[in-house]
Amino acid sequence: MQSVPAADPDPTPVLALDGITKTFPGVKALSKVRLALYPGQVTALIGENGAGKSTLVKVLTGIYQPDGGAIRVDGKEVSFAGAQAAADAGITAIHQETVLFDELSVAENIFLGHAPRGRFGLIDWAEMSRRAAEILKSVGAEIDPDHKLRDLGIANKHLVAISRALSIDARVVVMDEPTAALSHKEIHELYELVETLKAQGKAILFISHKFDEVFRIADRYTVFRDGQFVGEGQIDAVDEAALVKMMVGRDVSQIFPERQSHIGEVVLDVAAMSHPTEFADIGFTLRRGEILGFYGLVGAGRSEFMQALFGITRPSAGQVTIDGDATALTSPAEAVDAGIVYVPEDRGAQGAITALPIFQNVTLPSLRRTSRSGFIRLAEEFSLAREYTSRLDLRAASLDTAVGNLSGGNQQKVVIAKWLATKPKVIILDEPTKGIDIGSKAAVHAFMAELAAQGLAVIMVSSEIPEVLGMSDRVIIMREGRMVAELDRAEMTPETLVRHAAGI
Amino acid sequence: MLQRIIRARETLLLGAILVLIALISTRFPGFIAPSNLARVFNDTSPLILLAIGQMIVILTRCIDLSVAANLALTGMVVAMVNLSFPGLPVALIVVLAIALGTAMGMVNGLLVWKLAIPPIVVTLGTMTIFRGIIFLISDGKWVNSHEMSAAFKAFPRAEFLGLPMLSWTAIAAVLLFTVVMTRTTFGRAAYAVGGNPHAATYTGIDVGRTQFWAFTISGALAGLTGYLWVSRYAVAYVDIAGGFELDVVAACVIGGISIAGGIGTIGGALLGALFLGVIKNALPVINISPFWQLAISGAAIIIAVAVNARANCEKGRIILKSAEHAA
Repeated sequence: MQSVPAADPDPTPVLALDGITKTFPGVKALSKVRLALYPGQVTALIGENGAGKSTLVKVLTGIYQPDGGAIRVDGKEVSFAGAQAAADAGITAIHQETVLFDELSVAENIFLGHAPRGRFGLIDWAEMSRRAAEILKSVGAEIDPDHKLRDLGIANKHLVAISRALSIDARVVVMDEPTAALSHKEIHELYELVETLKAQGKAILFISHKFDEVFRIADRYTVFRDGQFVGEGQIDAVDEAALVKMMVGRDVSQIFPERQSHIGEVVLDVAAMSHPTEFADIGFTLRRGEILGFYGLVGAGRSEFMQALFGITRPSAGQVTIDGDATALTSPAEAVDAGIVYVPEDRGAQGAITALPIFQNVTLPSLRRTSRSGFIRLAEEFSLAREYTSRLDLRAASLDTAVGNLSGGNQQKVVIAKWLATKPKVIILDEPTKGIDIGSKAAVHAFMAELAAQGLAVIMVSSEIPEVLGMSDRVIIMREGRMVAELDRAEMTPETLVRHAAGI
Repeated sequence: MLQRIIRARETLLLGAILVLIALISTRFPGFIAPSNLARVFNDTSPLILLAIGQMIVILTRCIDLSVAANLALTGMVVAMVNLSFPGLPVALIVVLAIALGTAMGMVNGLLVWKLAIPPIVVTLGTMTIFRGIIFLISDGKWVNSHEMSAAFKAFPRAEFLGLPMLSWTAIAAVLLFTVVMTRTTFGRAAYAVGGNPHAATYTGIDVGRTQFWAFTISGALAGLTGYLWVSRYAVAYVDIAGGFELDVVAACVIGGISIAGGIGTIGGALLGALFLGVIKNALPVINISPFWQLAISGAAIIIAVAVNARANCEKGRIILKSAEHAA
């Protein structure tokens, strides 16, 4: 535990939380935490999954009411009865997933809830459109305010969300993992925007898992661990190792697991696979014990290809050979039977079934093995679930617990356990560490190495260069639906990856 | 934890039914007599049978509005078959009723599965079609009691261990489908499909196929109930069980089956049906006007749903603003 006293240039924070406690039935989400935000400064909030960051954001924005402690705006104690009260106090949040309305226009999205009114209290559309254009211009977005939101890409949607934040004349802007869905270029534009906001004197709370981002744009940091305040200070005064130590309460080597690749015979051979719209002419081989990285920009067609390989969508051409047998995979069930499993990127929507207990989630794709002529053998089901959850060191009170009650990290373990229980030959991991904290990341990487060591062939779709470099034996780079390069370990450098992916 | 809540919810519903019975018996002591309770159960049996099928359909994020029309069409067909071939054994009639109902359920299922039409649209359409077919085959005429064979009418009334076969059919269906939903791969798939269709797809479960089988089961139960209904009331006509599909959906909702899919039990469907059955049987005997009966049934549904919704909130996701914070 170390607590660096903050050397503040400006002694009065715009917003200060003191001794905030928030308890949910059975869980103390926040325990007497504090946080101070200063005008014109970016404060990074750092903590592992489950450290209480999201709860804190909800307290700040009036969605949750704390059970104890004080919120002060300009030194005066306030309480937010609801989201509107927090907005009135000048606090706004840009969330991980943008909370916007696809069917409304850009201007309506920006001004929803505080539209300019004309005579008789009716909405002044012309004024709204004019002011929206003004704000959009100030954030450097060339978007027609009268367009429907659904026509915009994800990056522009973010800009709309940011414009919305600006439109309510916010003094405090909370950014909850704003870069999670953005590409490299878009992230840079976001940094510039943060600089603009700083110059305007806004206090910014920046929540991120990525240390390079934190060191790039933050002025100050605050660290939470397990719902408790651990430390705060100027970002110049710490290094990455110190932050990691505060965050996890122990030393974590950020280096990737040392591994000796034992590459065996070919297990998967894909030839000339094409899709009418998403990708064309993908061909490669994959061997036992190998980790094959798939790198590319967001939208390069990697996930689309994996979904076709897994039988969710139909390719228009191509040949898949597994262990020497030509196979046509037309459904995920066939892919699972053939020994291919796919751990999707969006684990919330595509991974776990939250209403079902852990053991039923784990055995779901293996039901054919734990049942006889359609009847489930509970004992076999439990022993299978127990075997794989304990292999993944899943800590839960009981296998009867509904997955929805587990933390994000544990939910992910359930999803991985579920796939390992099918005893696959090839495992496709789509962005396996996206949005998870550094401690969990290291665990996933170590685990991936272990899988390969056991002779599994691993395909890892990743957009994080350090991960691709640290984990892959080979990497395939995709751009605009096509394979543009295949590099082995010796040829991989950050520069080559980016060059091929961006086509420069 | 969640299971405990569900269990508590079902206990709560059981408690509510017992309190209801106790209240009614203060005004009408005869209501609590075992023979009367058995009669109430028997009266509610068709609702229980249909609620089981509906529960499975709702579990997979669908809805089956055609159950009552399916029941009526099957009932009319078996009544007319009985009219033409009075000597046909009842066992064969039952098999025919189940087969017909199954076929109609399969039509719903195929339209939802293969054409991906929203279930509410499909079953609204087939509901009207089934009713239309009854009119076509019967010319709008009734099949009356005196036209039905004695054996045809006797089956649902035949007593075994003091309970009529109608009740035993409902009990058997409850037991059978409890096993199906908790111990078979189909049951597990139904929960998975309703809980998270995307995840189910990635797991290798065919969402459309699972929904197809859910509709098929619902249709089979509706067909079986069609025979039992017509033979018990000894009459078949176009409009029998008109609007009954809404009672069936209400029973499911009262029984804690989530309209959003993925949550619910056969036990819940049973209790939901019994709750409605007790109310419907009790209100006339304590002399409440039919108009108030409708209003009271409706209020019971809304109260039950409100209680369920609150139970879902209590996990701490939504914290309502409280007065002391505003101060």
